[in-house]
Amino acid sequence: MQMREARKEDLIQGQTGDWEIVLGLEVHAQVSSKAKLFSGSSTTFGAEQNTQVSLVDAAMPGMLPVINRFCVEQAVRTGLGLKAKINLRSVFDRKNYFYPDLPQGYQISQFKHPIVGEGQVVLDMPEGRTVVVGIERLHLEQDAGKSLHDQHPSMSYVDLNRSGVALMEIVSKPDMRSAEEARAYVTKLRTILRYLGTCDGNMEEGSLRADVNVSVRRVGEPLGTRCEIKNVNSIRFIGQAIEYEARRQIEILEDGGKIDQETRLFDPKTGETRSMRSKEEAHDYRYFPDPDLLPLEITQEWVDEIKASLPELPDDKKARLMREYGLSSYDATVLVGEAARADFFEEVAKGRDAKLAANWVTGDFFGALNREGHSIEDTPVTAKQLGELIDLISDGTISGRIAKEVFDSMYKTGRDPAKIVEEEGLQQVTDFGAIEAAIDAVIAANPDKVEQTKVKPQLAGWFVGQVMKSTSGKANPSVVNEILAKKLGLSSDD
Amino acid sequence: MSDLTKLTLAAARDALKKKEVTSVELTGAYLKEMEAATALNAYVTVTADKALDMAKAADERLAKGQGGALEGVPLGIKDLFNTKDVRTTAASRMLENFVPPYESTVTANLWREGAVMLGKLNCDEFAMGSSNETSYFGPVINPWRRKGSDAKLVPGGSSGGSSAAVAAWLCAAATATDTGGSIRQPAAFTGTVGLKPSYGRCSRWGIVAFASSLDQAGPITRDVRDAAIMLSVMAGHDEKDTTSVDRPVPDYEAALAQGIKGLRVGIPKEYRVEGMPADIDALWSRGIEWLKAAGATVTEVSLPHTKYALPTYYIVAPAECSSNLARYDGVRYGLRVEGRDITEMYENTRAAGFGPEVRRRVLMGTYVLSAGYYDAYYLKAQKVRTLIARDFTEAFTDVDVLLTPTAPSAAFGLGEKTDDLLSMYLNDVFTVTVNLAGLPGISVPAGLSAEGLPLGLQLIGRPFEEEVLLRAARAIEEAAEFNAAPDAWWRA
Repeated sequence: MQMREARKEDLIQGQTGDWEIVLGLEVHAQVSSKAKLFSGSSTTFGAEQNTQVSLVDAAMPGMLPVINRFCVEQAVRTGLGLKAKINLRSVFDRKNYFYPDLPQGYQISQFKHPIVGEGQVVLDMPEGRTVVVGIERLHLEQDAGKSLHDQHPSMSYVDLNRSGVALMEIVSKPDMRSAEEARAYVTKLRTILRYLGTCDGNMEEGSLRADVNVSVRRVGEPLGTRCEIKNVNSIRFIGQAIEYEARRQIEILEDGGKIDQETRLFDPKTGETRSMRSKEEAHDYRYFPDPDLLPLEITQEWVDEIKASLPELPDDKKARLMREYGLSSYDATVLVGEAARADFFEEVAKGRDAKLAANWVTGDFFGALNREGHSIEDTPVTAKQLGELIDLISDGTISGRIAKEVFDSMYKTGRDPAKIVEEEGLQQVTDFGAIEAAIDAVIAANPDKVEQTKVKPQLAGWFVGQVMKSTSGKANPSVVNEILAKKLGLSSDD
Repeated sequence: MSDLTKLTLAAARDALKKKEVTSVELTGAYLKEMEAATALNAYVTVTADKALDMAKAADERLAKGQGGALEGVPLGIKDLFNTKDVRTTAASRMLENFVPPYESTVTANLWREGAVMLGKLNCDEFAMGSSNETSYFGPVINPWRRKGSDAKLVPGGSSGGSSAAVAAWLCAAATATDTGGSIRQPAAFTGTVGLKPSYGRCSRWGIVAFASSLDQAGPITRDVRDAAIMLSVMAGHDEKDTTSVDRPVPDYEAALAQGIKGLRVGIPKEYRVEGMPADIDALWSRGIEWLKAAGATVTEVSLPHTKYALPTYYIVAPAECSSNLARYDGVRYGLRVEGRDITEMYENTRAAGFGPEVRRRVLMGTYVLSAGYYDAYYLKAQKVRTLIARDFTEAFTDVDVLLTPTAPSAAFGLGEKTDDLLSMYLNDVFTVTVNLAGLPGISVPAGLSAEGLPLGLQLIGRPFEEEVLLRAARAIEEAAEFNAAPDAWWRA
């Protein structure tokens, strides 16, 4: 297998030389679906304990699973979004182990024949660099319930609301070489899933979590022994866990030790990983095909139908924004991170100066959202309003400077920009007479400056500032420049 | 009418329709017989009040000229079928006090057609056994005895309660399940008819699972017509069981009228096993003659992989059972025996809740699925299973049904084989192939052994050709004129 090599700047310096981190991720993404994978129970997050549990979810005697076609459709849609091979025939297996929150005593998963095969995700790294991460497979499986250890002094309780909820396990190839790339991978994957509507990507609610496989090696050497860090539930923690784990492994190796293949847990409080179970303690899951379920067979026609209904995906959208609006790679990347942001931008930019629209959307608008903790869904300023504000700038009604004031007011009150401008009298003054009068006043008051400007024409800027000040910023700057140049005898030397 | 309980299901149904008898009378007669037959231990739960309520309701419908195909007919239900608000134990301590809030699809079909539930029938624990001796509630005793002996005999298994109850007139018919012969072998041991339908013909939803790819519900009845009537009601597609098949359910009873002229019957030569008792061999030959006399042609066929069927079955079935029974962990329902921690709780619960045969099969199944053994056992067994099914497919290009003995012996004594598991497992030698291939099979009482015990002949058909199978079974039944009956010693 041809493997990527890390860039120089991604290598970690140890005592004895440079080390390369090799990373592969298994992401568990909860399928956006009203019902569970094999039962009709609801999947709403945060419901009262054990209120979303069917007889099937509780594994009552004689209950049988029935596949939820919508979850299959979501998996296929995701596979298509990852540019992956869709397997028309896949098989559900039982993964057998005992745990109180696993009612059947086995998890129904896909082991040998997953529904989705190889695909890829393109990461947008800083400075326009891209990294292609291979997808090994995607399969459907059931989530387990939840053990509650804090409800009773000596007993644990079990909440089965999650039991049987559909998950997609998305397995990457070991193609990442730094914590930054791993973070970018999860971020991009989440963006794609959200575009597709197949997973809400909410890591706080556990809708998206990652198992991170970490190994290190000296440059050019074969792959090292890996450790798997289980269930990391934020993008920041993924980065921290990798940084810590790589350092830990390098220290062991440089001390002449060897890495034990094991499963580890990341503790967000200490920022460290600790051993959960060794390879010897690993479960024997006794996988075998679930005899309650026939192999899952789907048709190419159905896959094609789903393909035809896919939305524009982030990479395509980015390329189009760059092409249609002349945006920079950076601006386009920022905008397509969330489909709603890109949509907002397009609504603002439609029929307007795209560069100006991009500046406003990615600058003042996103800045305000971040500052106020708002999302694009609950923004107080609509795209239509922001567009109108830009119109007021473009047609000379207000200056860019005044526009910022108007925007702040719009953001606070939700009022339309035209109304704010009118009510607060912020219209730009383009009346030559009025501006000339203001300029004459400044010149009259500052004869010394006038003399100096004759020697040093750059000082004209000072006059512009004074005029703007005296007109409360409402004077049209180009008119001010024009008149001022004439009055100071600086005009037409170009 | 004096001998209400001696009526076949068809006769009882007709008498009820004609109002010659009421369901309350019929149900009352059965409940009385059941009370007098506790020595057989056929029922683990008697639902007398519910039965009489259901009977009253049936009588009201019958009085109005309404009612379904089984209106007012009292049935026994194997305790593997979950019955709403009625304790369902699978004859295990694990589920000794389990009362399900749901009704299996098959029993729901029966109640929809007006049948009356007398109670829940004993069986081997989780249907694992060939003699009904593994039940937590004690063994079922066969109503039949050897000539001149009062030694207790087994009724076969796992549907031993069903077969004994039908043979001893404790219900008009019974539901049963068959994973490796659990309907047909008990039927053969008790002089009753046992029909295992094609895999997928009846829904498995709500039936406590043993081995999902082999389990199938079917009836045990007094005669072939009754089996046809029962199957018409039990069968059907169920969206809750994706392995159930969506195809129309024929009127099996109507199919009986058609004879078997021109039917091609195959005799699998590999079923002539060593050490088969002479009376069974002789009965088989008689069966061939009967079918010929009724207009069938008979030829020898080969099913070359037959010898691998038993080992294959005893890999596949335990593998699936080890996984299916994992849910009995003491966490949510059923027995819980506390321990110091969760692992000890599991161990204590499962050690106390499961009997030795169930534990043995769970262990065997866990072993054959383990890393390093999976390929050698489970995977190989699945391949052999495919070959066994192919044997049948090929045989069925030349013949329409196969005729074999149902079991290699008549009913044996209580405790006789409990120490000799291989010999116990050998009892399934003629029946497991049918489950492995998903085919329909039926056992018809065809004669008595030298010791005066009933013997059965088995017919095997193509998938979903139960009509052909029933027609052939009817021909055997007509020719055999089997009308022997046990002497009701248990009523003493």
